[in-house]
Amino acid sequence: MTWQGWAEIALTLGLAVGVGWPLGVYMSRVWNGERTWLDPVLRPVEKAFHRACGVDPNKSQTWFGYAGALLAFNAVGFLFVYAVLRLQGVLPLNPQGFAGVSPHLAFNTAASFVTNTNWQSYGGETTMSTLSQMLALTVQNFVSAATGATIAAALARAFVANRGEGVGNFWSDLVRTTLYVLLPLCLVMAIVLVALGVPQTLAAGVTAHTLEGGEQKISLFATASQLAIKQLGINGGGIFNVNSAHPFENPSPLTNLITAVSINVLGWAAFFAFGRTAKARKDIRALVAAGVLLLAAGAAGVYAAETRPAPAQVAAHVDTSVNMEGKEVRFGAPSTAAWAAMTTGASNGSVNGMHSSLMPLGGAVAMFLMQLGEILPGGIGSGIAIMVVMALLAVFVAGLMVGRTPEYLGKKVEAREIQLSMLAVLIVPLSMLGFSGVAAVLPEALKGLMHSGPHGLSEILYAYVSGTANNGSAFGGLSANAPWWNTTLGVAMMLGRFVPMIAVLAIAGALAAKPKLAPTAGTLPTDGGLFIGLLIGVILILGGLQFFPAMALGPIVEHFQALAAVAALH
Amino acid sequence: MLSHLRPAFVSMGLFTLLLGLAYPLAVTGVGQAVFPAQANGSLLRDAKGAVVGSALIGQPFARAEYLHPRPSAAGNGYDASASSGSNMGPLNDKLIEREKTDADALRAESPGAAIPADAVTASASGLDPDISPAYARLQAARVAKARGLSKAAVLAVVESQVKPPLLGFIGQPRVNVLAANRALDARFPKGG
Repeated sequence: MTWQGWAEIALTLGLAVGVGWPLGVYMSRVWNGERTWLDPVLRPVEKAFHRACGVDPNKSQTWFGYAGALLAFNAVGFLFVYAVLRLQGVLPLNPQGFAGVSPHLAFNTAASFVTNTNWQSYGGETTMSTLSQMLALTVQNFVSAATGATIAAALARAFVANRGEGVGNFWSDLVRTTLYVLLPLCLVMAIVLVALGVPQTLAAGVTAHTLEGGEQKISLFATASQLAIKQLGINGGGIFNVNSAHPFENPSPLTNLITAVSINVLGWAAFFAFGRTAKARKDIRALVAAGVLLLAAGAAGVYAAETRPAPAQVAAHVDTSVNMEGKEVRFGAPSTAAWAAMTTGASNGSVNGMHSSLMPLGGAVAMFLMQLGEILPGGIGSGIAIMVVMALLAVFVAGLMVGRTPEYLGKKVEAREIQLSMLAVLIVPLSMLGFSGVAAVLPEALKGLMHSGPHGLSEILYAYVSGTANNGSAFGGLSANAPWWNTTLGVAMMLGRFVPMIAVLAIAGALAAKPKLAPTAGTLPTDGGLFIGLLIGVILILGGLQFFPAMALGPIVEHFQALAAVAALH
Repeated sequence: MLSHLRPAFVSMGLFTLLLGLAYPLAVTGVGQAVFPAQANGSLLRDAKGAVVGSALIGQPFARAEYLHPRPSAAGNGYDASASSGSNMGPLNDKLIEREKTDADALRAESPGAAIPADAVTASASGLDPDISPAYARLQAARVAKARGLSKAAVLAVVESQVKPPLLGFIGQPRVNVLAANRALDARFPKGG
């Protein structure tokens, strides 16, 4: 570990929060329908959109109507992606000449991109045509991100409503977030990335004649446009198989810094936007503080793990200062550690190093950050929404201790909200551990594993944790392109996405209907250090304890095996 | 629920046109017009204009007169149409065997030398264009012998190819293998 490494990690994490703040103010203006400097260009487009859709964007929906619109939109998106992938072989813009995608892979991929997960059972450059990458995958990268943002906008409005009914208009939130936030940022970022070396072409590739006289086929894609939204939209699905480790997706330390920051920037922006829209800036800053503390601890943990002696390097008597298997030379341990924490703390899942080859505790941290529920900062909006659910549970726990009805941001938190909160946070471990338990004893599932023993269990656990958390990163040794894995992971992704979302919208509906209370002397302050500590405790107990037995059998036992192996080799 | 169907279908169609076609095509247009070299993969050409590789993509080298890249798990090695890491866990037996074999081969070449980790570990992409400056220096003696040069002459080329971290602390120092080998060929045309 070096001071340069720590400085790089601190800069990367810090920039994401620092840039996220002003962007969050802007995002809140977009959610609230306030004027923005892009209005002259985008207002007419927005109006045309709503006219074509036959929607009155100013009509506030009940939580039920809002949820119905959200589900209808996502169902149509799912069918569209499924159809494009199945028909890829006969559709145009297929210079690679790829055939249609198999039914189970198309199901998995459609579920994956609609839920903002971007789990990929396939290698991009060997499976997906240019048209599929653009029409099916890039579009969902945008709208799945915007869908996540809508629930935060709805929940934020519920906290300012006073005996209200509506939580906003889904179509308006969806269109405005896409047009005003995602599209302009992606346009700028994509062009910057091209300038820095990321390809952007409709050609399938070139063949080079190498210096030693061989041939090298080099795949190309319209990479930069998809890369920008894959990062900013917290999607994470690589254009190429190895994602942001590929030199075309991430050519240099500078592109690495930009793309790493963009994993988290809009996630944090949604936190700040929530605070502004809910008129609770100080309270939401406490949530940011809790999130940043946990995320920084995670990044430090991965960095520490990756600079421990790797058993294979000890056995080979080579330099052991960094575990270099599965890492790129231009990135090394600090860039890979910062990325691993940021991509799993957010529900991104892109990687710039192979998580399967991380040291056992490095992989454990990546899994743990996902198990916490994707709130550090999670997806755009979906992260802050679940973080607020955690805050509701924290004030509830505090309320139990002092025997008062808890309040949060001026709303009484009662039985219905707590039941829905528990539904939102318990479906996640149910899916993660339930599917993992079945897969661990099912021969059909075990065929896909690359490793036996603890690392094999980690492959299984990582897959369902990543799928359910809508992250999408993987222990890549798992061959997931098989009916069992594609089907169950597709179901896990949808459970982990839509059950918490509907629960959050139902909480928004319940809270909106309540009177807004002024704080009294008996109200627990939710903007200070005491509450931050309480919240971190709730997050760690919910995320940590449930998974401890499974983690003990996977990465933790592997860690002790690695220690023993290194000791025996010395 | 039925009332949601029209906006769901229409907005999906409009989003597809805007985000699936207009957006990537606009970026392609700007990229191809303003940054054609980067947009087409940072390709490198020889004197006759034939593509010899990409400045960003590693390629295989086995001859003694060239710097060698890292082990690669992409296809049969540096297959730039099938990127891949090894995905081997830290205690994988095959990984341990592979690293030992590769390290022994390097030690036979340069007895007593310290071996950097990147020399025996597979990169994440299988297409890593870079090696560490330490691994490049380690190979200088072999390259010099094969080309009939002094080690100092080769080291001078290697040192000129070292790229430092951005601002001194972002990323790692590195040597682009293809660029360094082209520089060697350019500096010592008769070698190899």
